[in-house]
Amino acid sequence: MIEINNLLVKRNERIVLGVEHLSISRGETLAVVGPNGAGKSTLLLILAQLLKPASGEIRFDGKSLREWNELEYRRKISFVFQSPLLLDMTVEENVALGLTFRGAPKEQAKAEAAKWMKSLGVESLSARQASQLSGGEAQRVSLARAFVLNPELLLLDEPFAALDPPTRAKLIADLSALLAENHRAAVFVTHNLNEAAKLCHRIAVIVEGRLRQVGTARRIKSKPADETVRQFLSELSSRPPNSLRTRRSRL
Amino acid sequence: MLFDSEIFQITALSLQVSALATLLSLVIGLPFGTWLALGRFRGRDVILSIVNTGMALPPVVVGLVVAMSLWRSGPLGDWKLIYTPWAIVIAQVVIASPVVTGLTAAALAALDPRLSQQLLGLGASRPQMIWRLWREARLPLLAALMAGFGSVISEVGASMMVGGNIRGQTRVLTTAIVLETSKGEFESALALSALLLVITYLINLALTWIQQRGRRKVE
Repeated sequence: MIEINNLLVKRNERIVLGVEHLSISRGETLAVVGPNGAGKSTLLLILAQLLKPASGEIRFDGKSLREWNELEYRRKISFVFQSPLLLDMTVEENVALGLTFRGAPKEQAKAEAAKWMKSLGVESLSARQASQLSGGEAQRVSLARAFVLNPELLLLDEPFAALDPPTRAKLIADLSALLAENHRAAVFVTHNLNEAAKLCHRIAVIVEGRLRQVGTARRIKSKPADETVRQFLSELSSRPPNSLRTRRSRL
Repeated sequence: MLFDSEIFQITALSLQVSALATLLSLVIGLPFGTWLALGRFRGRDVILSIVNTGMALPPVVVGLVVAMSLWRSGPLGDWKLIYTPWAIVIAQVVIASPVVTGLTAAALAALDPRLSQQLLGLGASRPQMIWRLWREARLPLLAALMAGFGSVISEVGASMMVGGNIRGQTRVLTTAIVLETSKGEFESALALSALLLVITYLINLALTWIQQRGRRKVE
């Protein structure tokens, strides 16, 4: 479904991300793990066409992104950031926002929004202003806003990082069920390997701006591709996720 | 001493000229300020500092430059606009545009920088994204509108220099106040000043009401 080859992303002439090859199939959930500043979010921004790579090729449904009309491509994906980034409007209007962008009739947008607000347990909040929601509620609304678009590719950038553990566990369980039920491709950036193993089919490890390894959680834990991956995994198991230090790219 | 009909005519002209100038400065300042806030290009900081300097442009200097441009011998002399209400509109647009541009850029820069990416990530086209950002920043954008209008309804130097304060043609409230004062007609000058203040207050009251209604909705 989506395939990346020889991707290189630079910022101020410095390489911030290098991916030799990565592919994601339809219905697959891929976790992207790595320390802070490793390039995980950059990968998502590239996949969403919100950032242009210096070189390399990304193909979606067999066609290079250069050949896709940018808006047409962006309307096949949906992006969820770490912070919910809801607009100053009601929950229902926020959930229906992407449908409004696509020119969906008002009644259809309302019905679709209602369906996904129910799926994510926020239907009782539909008339409430977004600014009045708790962190967990806002993140659920943010997920509903992404799912309502029926995207072919869902990009999730640490959507649960700021939540307390019980809310986080509940949302992960809900998201896992929704992804399985709707058979969507998703890329999920996280710091938590257990979370990644629970939610995703495969895990991609990015360290120091380079994709080091892709495989199942068991495979990565038992056979790290190189020393940097081994070191990252040992840091991950010994420290809380937020204490991981940003490393400077050696590329 | 001024007559009632003349006061009405002066007040109407003041409002027409300043409202049109504010509207035109919005047409210029809103997109330009948005471009400055969202764009990432070389020289952006230099342009922003020029715009910010423009927010403090002395109206007399603007009046002088616009008058020299509109004089018959000036580069825009063929337009034959000097000493017409249009000349005042042009000068006031030059005064208000940097105000609206600078405050628009500041209002949008205060939003979460990832908001524009989030909107694009939900499938917004560029115009849809910008419209939503304007809507999110509507309270400070209304403040930009109020500041733009305030800067032109109260200026006198530029209107005097490019309009000439011609009775029945280009006399506005501020230039009439200056004239009455110079004639020693302080009662008329004070009455016109009070009228100018009341009009400015009422317009700002209406805009503030709209702004605070939006704020209460946010809370």
